[in-house]
Amino acid sequence: MNAHPILAALRRHKAGVILIALQIALTLAIVCNAIFIIGQRIDRVNRPTGIDEANLFVVSQQWVGTPESGAPGAVDTIDSLVRADLDTLRRLPGVESVAPVNSVPLFGSSHVNGITLTPDQKNSTLSATIYEGDDKLMSTLGVQLIAGRAFTAADVLRMDFHDDTLPPSVIVSQAAAEKLFPNQSAIGKTIYSDSKPTTIVGEVKLLESSMAESFAKDSDYYTIIEPVRQVGDNSRYVVKTRPGQQAAAMAATRDALFAANPQRVIDSERGILSFAQIRYAAYRADRGMAILMAVVCLIMLCVTAAGIVGLTSFWVGQRHRQIGVRRALGARKSDILHYFQIENLMIAGGGVVVGVVLAVGLNLWLMSQYEMPRMPVMYVLIGMVALLALGQAAVFVPARRASRVSPIEATRAA
Amino acid sequence: MFTYYLELALRSFKRNKALTALMVLAIALGIGASMTTLTVLHVLSGDPLPGKSQTLFVPQLDPQNMENYRAGGEPPDQVTWIDGMNLLRSKRADHQVLMTAGTVAVQPSQSNLDPFYVDARYTTADFFGMFDVPLLFGHGWSAIDDDNKARVAVITRSLNDKLFGGKDSTGQMLQLGDSGLRIVGVLDRWRPNPHFYDLATGSYAESEDVFVPLTTARDLKLGRNGSMDCWGGHTEDHLETAPCTWLQLWVQLDSSDKAATYKQYLKHYSQEQMTLGRFVRPSNVRLRDLMGWLDYQSVVPSDVQLQTWLAFGFLLVCLVNTVGLMLAKFMRRAGELGVRRALGASKRSLFAQLLVESAVIGLGGGIGGLVLAFFGLWEVRQRPSSYATLAHLDMSMLLTTFLLALGASIVAGLLPAWRACQITPALQLKSN
Repeated sequence: MNAHPILAALRRHKAGVILIALQIALTLAIVCNAIFIIGQRIDRVNRPTGIDEANLFVVSQQWVGTPESGAPGAVDTIDSLVRADLDTLRRLPGVESVAPVNSVPLFGSSHVNGITLTPDQKNSTLSATIYEGDDKLMSTLGVQLIAGRAFTAADVLRMDFHDDTLPPSVIVSQAAAEKLFPNQSAIGKTIYSDSKPTTIVGEVKLLESSMAESFAKDSDYYTIIEPVRQVGDNSRYVVKTRPGQQAAAMAATRDALFAANPQRVIDSERGILSFAQIRYAAYRADRGMAILMAVVCLIMLCVTAAGIVGLTSFWVGQRHRQIGVRRALGARKSDILHYFQIENLMIAGGGVVVGVVLAVGLNLWLMSQYEMPRMPVMYVLIGMVALLALGQAAVFVPARRASRVSPIEATRAA
Repeated sequence: MFTYYLELALRSFKRNKALTALMVLAIALGIGASMTTLTVLHVLSGDPLPGKSQTLFVPQLDPQNMENYRAGGEPPDQVTWIDGMNLLRSKRADHQVLMTAGTVAVQPSQSNLDPFYVDARYTTADFFGMFDVPLLFGHGWSAIDDDNKARVAVITRSLNDKLFGGKDSTGQMLQLGDSGLRIVGVLDRWRPNPHFYDLATGSYAESEDVFVPLTTARDLKLGRNGSMDCWGGHTEDHLETAPCTWLQLWVQLDSSDKAATYKQYLKHYSQEQMTLGRFVRPSNVRLRDLMGWLDYQSVVPSDVQLQTWLAFGFLLVCLVNTVGLMLAKFMRRAGELGVRRALGASKRSLFAQLLVESAVIGLGGGIGGLVLAFFGLWEVRQRPSSYATLAHLDMSMLLTTFLLALGASIVAGLLPAWRACQITPALQLKSN
């Protein structure tokens, strides 16, 4: 089919053509970027924590009436309370193992230390999230040891909450080990925090930090485990149950702990949380954002489609007589159908070309304003195809109506 | 004339119900989405102390050692005890306050209540006056109480309701752990948004329940929390001398001259501390006012900003769509318009008629958008974010909604109306 008559006709409807093309361009720019943001949120929600999440729950509580930190004998008194709690939890039905911990992945609260390779290094090599727990912590969390050794009971120190002494041995995540000692084994190496030395005795495959940053980065996996039972005005425990027994164990926890020692406060909402609840809360905002973006995109596509239907219908109505003439001169129904389809393809094609420029521009602007990476070409390509398809789908109904115009129309006065 | 145009508009709507509905719906969706996100943004980026915020400033100093030093970097957000106390006692500003956050265990005197933890603020005396804190009963404490580490406290209305059944509790004792503090004041409802004076404890957090003099809290070793940055070794028991920034310092400076003088004073102070050997980094001071501080701290979540941009992009698409549809609609009526022109109506009155028609569509879209915005904000309030409960449409936003909808639809009607007025009446009459 010759494109010339189509172009000639389009030139007579400049304003309408430009408006449809502009609408398609804007829709493409916004939808591409929105889908890119949705994709990133999904990636983030799906990234692994490195722990065996099923059957884990976390208990956080505060002591009431315990001696002030730093008071003589405070560490001994509170440490015995912590160990009593660990015993209580371990004896609950269905519980497999228990460990004290300062935080867990996705939990929110975190303790970050700058790590250096020499004691007098000025700028730290990396900032790592510190997890503190006893020799049972790794097996309770289910993190996978890939080199060196796990902690033994002899490694574990009990330490005042405010004491920032380093234990002599630590275990690092693979990501941290590679950043600290690229292309060599980290086992046996010495690292420093605040100029104090410690030795790496083991390496775990994957362990996510406790703060969920907005976009996935390598630094989210820079983690260090210290064999320390923390003693302070509050304590936290991570509990692993046998499959299917988590709900029962969680329900029994509060009463069991209060029966053992009533001098405590366990928050009724956030005191006892399953890991599924922790994960849900950590990514709630991301999920909300992704859903919102998806809904807005969908409505925007519908509005654009409706606009194409409306304007094309108008054109069909306007050209009734011309269509009749063409039909009378021998054009088939399919010729008329194709005419409108090709016309739409040309308009949408122009819009998509402008849209790609806008989409890339919008992405660059978002990169400069917000923490956002460059958009892969894939998203733009998918967006282009989607909008061209949308245009074709939207134009079909008015185009078919046009193709049904009877040749007799040619004889009628307009 | 206007009512005649209105009548014509309604007649035209009846002729093209689907098209009219589509235009109204598109504007309603665009306006609804924009107003929902704009209201959230408006609430979150509001001025917590209108009329006063321009006189409140945050002095920043850089007392850190050379570790991780980067020229041109920002000084820490908070101050050390030594610097805080020095600047507090120098009294160079009209008012100054030094504070930190904490958690205290409240032991109710009634036996039917278990002990519970509440958030506390340990602050110096000027807090209440500087931040225009409303008091229901009693008053704040004085600088003398600060000096004497007086055992006094101010509590919020909600804690007063819980502990004392809402009666005037001034003079009563508040038991915090082992220590008894005399209640001197009860706050009226107060929730500045954002929680500007200590963003580290939650940008949109509620106000603390117990206020205690800073010196008293340190003397009683009440539990401290919030953000703390240290360099070199430290222990929390010796925070008064530790190389840690953990206190928020605010000053009130009633004129820009005073602010300039105070900034000069900060520079002098910083150089003096360098001469004394306490500071090692090159002098690096800042004095941001309240709104500047909120901006620097990027309190408004970037997700909220992104959503607002998205919504306005959506509105733009809806408007372009409406322009296209209106163009089609007006051009289709070329015959009718031609008759009116031939009967003597001027281009100007045709233009006015078509604009009235687009304004009516805008009004419909505005009402629809308002309903959608109410629904959208209701949805926002169901979310778990700390600011969710604040998402309400106020009078100014209500007005903005209508102006935006009307303005947008009239702008959308301009081009189609202008095009439709350009027709030659003779041609239209002939072809009919």
